[in-house]
Parts: sequence; C-alpha cells; structure tokens
Amino acid sequence: MHELSVCQGLISQVEQIARREDAESVTRILLSVGPLSGVEPQLLADAFPIAAAGTVAEHARLDIESQPIRVKCDTCGAETDASANRLLCGSCGDFRTRLVSGDEMLLMSLELERRERA
Amino acid sequence: MCDTCGCNVTEGNRHLIEGDGRLARTESGREAISVLQGLLSENDHIAAHNREHFDRHQVLALNLMSSPGSGKTRLLEETIAALKDEFRFAVVEGDLETENDAQRIRDKGVPAVQITTGTACHLDAHMVHNALHEIDLDQVDIVFVENVGNLVCPASFDLGQHRNVILLSVTEGDDKPAKYPVMFRAADLMLISKSDLLAVLDDFEPNRAERHLRELANRAPAFRVSARSGDGMQAWFDWLRSEFAALRERVQRGETMRPAIQPDGQLMHSHDDHAHDHAHDHGHGHAHTHHHHAAGHRHD
Repeated sequence: MHELSVCQGLISQVEQIARREDAESVTRILLSVGPLSGVEPQLLADAFPIAAAGTVAEHARLDIESQPIRVKCDTCGAETDASANRLLCGSCGDFRTRLVSGDEMLLMSLELERRERA
Repeated sequence: MCDTCGCNVTEGNRHLIEGDGRLARTESGREAISVLQGLLSENDHIAAHNREHFDRHQVLALNLMSSPGSGKTRLLEETIAALKDEFRFAVVEGDLETENDAQRIRDKGVPAVQITTGTACHLDAHMVHNALHEIDLDQVDIVFVENVGNLVCPASFDLGQHRNVILLSVTEGDDKPAKYPVMFRAADLMLISKSDLLAVLDDFEPNRAERHLRELANRAPAFRVSARSGDGMQAWFDWLRSEFAALRERVQRGETMRPAIQPDGQLMHSHDDHAHDHAHDHGHGHAHTHHHHAAGHRHD
C-alpha cells in the first residue's frame, strides 16, 4: 500500500533524467521488481497514472519485469530456485543461503523522445 | 490501493509531485537509455545522510517494526528504566494520530519526537531526518525509531538505521514470518514479545516462529522476552550492548554498520557519492551480512 510513494520516487528520478537528457517526453519505462522487493507490480502499475499525470512521463508505457527467486547455498554451493517464504537450498535443504535474485526494485531503462535541436 | 490508505503524500515526498516535468513538444526520434537505479534512490539518499549523522555522533540507530499492539512502546519503557544509567536514549515515534506513545516515553525522562503520519502507513527517511533536527545527538547513545505498526510498508524504506529489530508477540500467529517474508527477512533481531502469555496461549509455538524465520534464510537471533515480567530481557539488553560496542568500533575505523538485508535501492546508491558508506560489513555478529550484495548479481 506504499506503491504510490514508490511511484512518486520513480517519477522524480525519471524527470531528473529527462531534464538531463533534454528529452521532450518519456515513452517507455522499464522496471525490474522482484517478488521479495516488498512492492506489488500490479499496485505499482495502478499507481503509475496517478503519479505520472502532468509529468514528462504522462504518456509513457510502464513495463515491469520480474526476476525469479534464486538462492546460493553457503553450505553446498548449489544455486537453486526458491519461493518467497522458503529460501532454503533446493539441493541440501540448508537455510544458510543468500539471495542471488528476486529482491530487485530497480529502474532499468527509459525510452526518450528527444527535443529537436535548433 | 494507495489512494485509499492515503500513504501517497507525506511531508517528505510532497515536493516530488510538485515538479515541473512538462516540456515543450517537438518532433524527434526515440532513444533508449540504461539507468539501473534503485526506485527509491531519493529516499535512500536521505537515509544515507541520516546514517552519516548517527555515525558522526556515534549513536546506534535501531528501527523497531511490528504489527500494531505487539508491545514496542512497552518494551522501550522497560528498556529505558533498566538501562538509563548505562545509555542515553532518544526515541522517534511514528504513529498515525496520537502523541500518546511519545508521552509515555517522555514520562520516563527520555526525549521523544512524535512523527504523526496522518494516514501514512510507514516512516520514510525524510520524516526521520526532520525528527532528528529536534534531537541533540551529542546527548544520545541509542536512538530507537518506533515505526508505524505495519508488517508490510515499513520494510521498503531505509531510514538510515543500523539494525532492524522486529517484534512478534505471542498473541499473533507463529507463522507471521512466513506470511510477511519481506519484513522478517530484514530482521537483524526477532523479539518474541509478551512471552509471559505463552502459558495461556498454547497455540503459539516459539520454536515454530523461529523455524519460519530460518526458512527465510535469516540467521538473526530470536529472543523470547516479556517486558512485563522481565523474563528474557537480559538477552535483549546484552544484544543492545554488543551492537552499541560494535558500532563504536566500526565508526572509529571510519566504517558504518547496516542492516543485514537492505532494499535494493540502497545497494545501488552506495556506488555514488557516499563512498565511506560502502564499507563492507564482514564483522557482523550473525554472519549473514550482505553477501548477496557483494555477489553483485546486477551491477557489475
């Protein structure tokens, strides 16, 4: 339920980049949001039009890609799939794993429409 | 969604929606640019600033998170009473409406700043930053930030704290860590609170709660505590002492201390201008630190 806050942070970053690049508008925004990020992609998508209204990203398409939850085991070294509330090693079952992917909350790239140079 | 819960606009982020993003329209081609930045980089920037502020004053900052009613304020009252000759405390209270919790802390003779969040469901780094202006950190050893009672939203916002302490009271389900993995994965310490009630609440099994925590690959200690009876509080006090000593030592080496698990944005952020923030955390007591950060799966 904090997705609009997150979206407003996103728009602020996008506006900064658009200014820096002298962009006329932003046509596409690509995010990477993992299941363990704490952010719901659908709520983010719902919040986007509200946060983007009246900004350079108003007409941008928002694409959100997800990453699988993967863990690497400290004990046996295997890298396996896991689920959000079960991050155990899929090979030996040990809980001493570290997350390889799945907690992303990243702005990956933007597509911009450049302002015409005089 | 956010519009109903109202967390959308806080004092800290209000300006974000007041930008002048509109640009004149002309004809031109499209261009894709790679960014690779945390979604909350603005929050994370302020959080890093808060952390520097704590470090400069050698103040240990702890973020207390839990459901509403799990006993955060009561824990703090008893902690202050027991350790007031040993540490100088200050408390930042996040609450939707009242000043009640801050008043309870002030009654113990400790400075408390209330952040009334209105309908906002979490604290962010801006709010904490503003609250810090009202605290003389030279007169403080440990700052507790009592977050809004909520097991979802607070997990996504770095405040600049050194450690996350998460309370799970025995009046809740012992499967809370499985239900709220993002929150409990971030715990550097889990306190199973109100343990004096275990005698009458026999469906809460502390070992099961701890097992659910381990299933999140979390190696943090889990202590059973009762602020009311005093049972188990010694382990919590010892943890405070050792974390305080660890921070002092770290700061004297020019390093800092971070929660074991950080939102991704923090990781990205640590590549820019906050160089000293980037100090690796290998000495962390319970060893899980941020290996997955060091693994660099995205940003190398």
